[in-house]
Amino acid sequence: MEKRTDKNIYTIAFAIGMVVVVGSLLAFVASSLKPKITENKRIEKQQNILYAMGIHENTESSVAFVADDKVGEEFSKYITSQFVVNGSSVSEDTEAYLIDVKKEQAKIKNGGQRRLPLFVGEKDSETFYIVPIRGKGLWDAVWAYIAMDQDMVILGAYFDHKGETAGLGANIKERFFMDDFIGEHLLDSSGNFVGVDISKSNNDPLNSDKIDNQVDAIAGATITGDGVAAMIRNDLKLYVPYFKNLKN
Amino acid sequence: MAKDSKLILDPLADNNPITIQVLGICSALAITAQLKASIVMTISVLFVMGIGNVVMSLIRNIIPSKIRIIVQLTVVAALVIIVDQVLKAFSYQLSKELGAFIGLIITNCIIMGRFEAFALGNGPWRSFLDGIGNALGYGVILIIVGFFRELLGSGTLLGYQILGDPIAKTGLYSLGYENNGFMLLAPMALIVVGIIIWVQRANNPALIEEN
Repeated sequence: MEKRTDKNIYTIAFAIGMVVVVGSLLAFVASSLKPKITENKRIEKQQNILYAMGIHENTESSVAFVADDKVGEEFSKYITSQFVVNGSSVSEDTEAYLIDVKKEQAKIKNGGQRRLPLFVGEKDSETFYIVPIRGKGLWDAVWAYIAMDQDMVILGAYFDHKGETAGLGANIKERFFMDDFIGEHLLDSSGNFVGVDISKSNNDPLNSDKIDNQVDAIAGATITGDGVAAMIRNDLKLYVPYFKNLKN
Repeated sequence: MAKDSKLILDPLADNNPITIQVLGICSALAITAQLKASIVMTISVLFVMGIGNVVMSLIRNIIPSKIRIIVQLTVVAALVIIVDQVLKAFSYQLSKELGAFIGLIITNCIIMGRFEAFALGNGPWRSFLDGIGNALGYGVILIIVGFFRELLGSGTLLGYQILGDPIAKTGLYSLGYENNGFMLLAPMALIVVGIIIWVQRANNPALIEEN
């Protein structure tokens, strides 16, 4: 005799029941944890922005952010203004740091206008212009917060990624890679924007040459490195008119 | 009782999921370039397998056999998503480090393999032990491979420089030693796993299959 669980009707009923149970369980978990997750993402963004302008608790070779409970305070202390660059208009927006760069990039594809967030920070009477950028690595998204002075010389950088290979591409968020960007020029000697290339042949592993528009690549992470260089080239270029205006 | 302890101990050596059952090779190659990643993956799999095996064992008598693989997949995926969400809410930094592994846990064939081979035919307690044992057996290999790949590939362990500083040429590097970048690539993980299998079978000829 056929077993009860082998009947088609049972199979279908079981599948429907399972989908309902698992679906509502996951929906319940997701919606009850959502406020906390959103808060964590907000804290992370503030930490990343502060990190780019050199406000962190790094020890010799580690990456350490400002503590979670202090970050809100520090953020309002050091970030003096936030702007949204929209075409040729620049408007102040105190929530500019919440703009989702991924969504803005998608707007271009649909023929829309991309809003470009920009944060101005002050530390030790030095002004930092910090921008979020986003691109593609080998497996998934890579993104960064780049702090620059008004001549587009990099003052600090924080890189992150979604799923680059551990030990290879994932090393873009390690100090030995990120710190190489500090002091690098984004413009060439005649003032044209060129970005920073991730080079395998610059023969400058200590990165002592800061005006060559190159930093040393990570061996075994060519595609991630190319992705980072493309991200810098494509996204930072959009801010060039803003910096040109700043000087005039 | 002796039988129960076998469930934990067997997968550590003589019935190891990677070297003997040849399950879970893909993730063993992908994430072992660093010791830390190996350890984190081991803990994640330990959790998912322990609970997953119990859940599967509890519902084993009511699952329609025609769609049992889909049911197994749903159980793993649901567990992994819940773990992911809870970590995102309460341990955000850890969840970011795990990000890349979440997908790998779902597709890890050890989990499905043990559901199919054990949990569907055994009670919850024995299934739990089997899950823990196999996850540990998987973890042991991951950690051995991660240890050698990080040490020889980057000269570090858990991120600490063990052999000196390769750029400033201190420690072993002052003698002309170089890191072997090839160790960081997936093919070397396969070779290291191969060496482990070789050593294990050389020590215990009973494990060698006859043709």
